[in-house]
Amino acid sequence: MIGRRAALAAVILLSPLAARAAEAPSGAAACSGCHAAGTSVDTPVPPLAGRHPLELYGALQAFKTGQRQGTIMDRIAKGFTDDELKSIAEWYGAQKE
Amino acid sequence: MRNRRDFLKTGVGVAATGLFPHVAIGQTASPKVVVIGGGFAGATCARMLKRLDPRIAITLVEQNPVFTACPFSNEVLAGLRDIKDQEFDYKKIVGDGVNLAVMAATGIDHQARTVSLSDGSTLAYDRLVVAPGVDFRWDALPGYTEAAAERMPHAWKAGAQTLLLRQHLEAMEDGGLVVIAAPANPYRCPPGPYERASLIAHYLKAKKPKSKIVILDTKDAFSKQKLFEEGWKALYPGLVEWVPLSQGGKVTSVEPASMTVATDFDKHKPAVANIIPPQKAGKIAELAGVADRTGWCPIDPLTFASTLQPNIHVIGDAAIAGAMPKSAFAANSQAKVCAAAVAKLLAGGTVAENKLVNTCYSLVAPDYGITVAGVYHPVNGQLVDVEGAGGTSPVNAPATTRALEASLANGWFKTITGEVFG
Ligand SMILES: Cc1cc2nc3c(=O)[nH]c(=O)nc-3n(C[C@H](O)[C@H](O)[C@H](O)COP(=O)(O)OP(=O)(O)OC[C@H]3O[C@@H](n4cnc5c(N)ncnc54)[C@H](O)[C@@H]3O)c2cc1C
Ligand code: HEC
Repeated sequence: MIGRRAALAAVILLSPLAARAAEAPSGAAACSGCHAAGTSVDTPVPPLAGRHPLELYGALQAFKTGQRQGTIMDRIAKGFTDDELKSIAEWYGAQKE
Repeated sequence: MRNRRDFLKTGVGVAATGLFPHVAIGQTASPKVVVIGGGFAGATCARMLKRLDPRIAITLVEQNPVFTACPFSNEVLAGLRDIKDQEFDYKKIVGDGVNLAVMAATGIDHQARTVSLSDGSTLAYDRLVVAPGVDFRWDALPGYTEAAAERMPHAWKAGAQTLLLRQHLEAMEDGGLVVIAAPANPYRCPPGPYERASLIAHYLKAKKPKSKIVILDTKDAFSKQKLFEEGWKALYPGLVEWVPLSQGGKVTSVEPASMTVATDFDKHKPAVANIIPPQKAGKIAELAGVADRTGWCPIDPLTFASTLQPNIHVIGDAAIAGAMPKSAFAANSQAKVCAAAVAKLLAGGTVAENKLVNTCYSLVAPDYGITVAGVYHPVNGQLVDVEGAGGTSPVNAPATTRALEASLANGWFKTITGEVFG
């Protein structure tokens, strides 16, 4: 049984798609209104899926504190707690590009 | 959108191995969801729900085979864009496994849990999502009937009305007066009338510079007001005049035959009249018993479940979403939260709190964009602004910032329509 659970855990870790099926954390669903899921959309907004969670979290923190200027992300990042931003960064990090 | 097929395959596979803890293994009958309205709210919800749980049987009921989007339709009025660029079909959504009924929903039976359709057939549901957008209050403004809208277009549902208002603007002689009547809150797209005035001004400045636009308003303040006024002063000096409620801006009646737009103090005789009438939730909301006396639909902000009827959710313009404005962005954002909640509830789970986001881009000119944004969370059953977040673009920003926001506005439209229909 332990073996099976470990195997399933490995599947989850290795497969971003399984993670995608996991529930989106609070707020994450709204980001895809601007950050396209794929690269096929012609937009200057950078994609989030599959990027390193630390990189995403770092950027979100920088917007939140005002260290990094944006046209819009500062206003959005300020609406989330650090924990929420962390969960969102991890979730997007686990999405397939 | 990438990897949908892979995802669906994986999703099904995972479900089959029982990895979804909330799914009783061996459960056979698939739950049924009906979504009424294939706009930004309903189409998003149907599609996301299918993606979250492919076993749910979802039927999207939409009266038009082709959806014509309102965002960016003000560019069509200004001759900057083709109406074709506003049109989207449901092929990809059907390709994802959502059933489409191109019909009008005509009634709801709460006891039997069925929706009746315009062809006389019925659809059963375990949960129903009502997303019909807005309807106009044809009884609210004396003289403004459906027939009057042929002479004085509202162009507040995109399509034929947009093209009609465009024709009127094209036919107008230089030096003509354009009147835009803006309604009281709440209504679809709070910055919309002012974006419209801006882009019509952009057209008139180039083609008919002696003309004038007067906005007759039933309000004393409006969305992104400082930014719009700054833009008008810089780009269209003397061309746009705004008459607030306190200065007699409220239109009290119209007479299409003589092209008269009356306020308590004045009778305007414009060459082009754009009357944006007061609104309410789409009629089916009333028939479903989910609209209250305001004409809009109260909801629980955690799940978007109606507070008036069981097993029915309301999203998009029709819903009373507290501080969230009635926008395509908000409709899409609400639809994703609602889809997750419906999937969870059907599986017997409890729904966790979710924050929502809205951003409205407006164009003061094709290369001059401005925004208002908000982050929202449920407090005591209402969606309220998260303090310290959101707000508008800065005033006195350089032209480069305005140009960047204009290009981001275009990007947003492509991204959101891609997510919903592409
Ligand atoms: C000029 C203008 C500019 C705008 N610009 C922006 C913008 O820049 N950004 C932004 O975010 N928002 C903008 N909006 C607002 C945006 O268009 C709406 O908020 C959005 O469309 C709401 O989505 P919805 O799904 O609730 O309604 P809709 O998109 O109107 O969809 C409702 C659908 O339900 C269908 N329907 C209704 N009743 C029935 C029935 N009984 N049976 C079957 N089908 C039915 C309708 O045919 C329609 O397709 C703008 C609006 C206007 C008018
Ligand atoms: C209204 C559109 C919009 C929404 C909604 C939005 N973003 Fe952004 N995002 C942008 C834009 C535009 C940028 C570029 C910086 C700027 O101009 O603010 C950006 C930049 C970022 C970056 C930096 C990326 C990089 O490569 O440097 C991250 C991370 C990010 N967003 C995450 C998010 C998350 C997480 C959400 C949801 C909570 C979100 N965004 C919602 C428009 C949006």
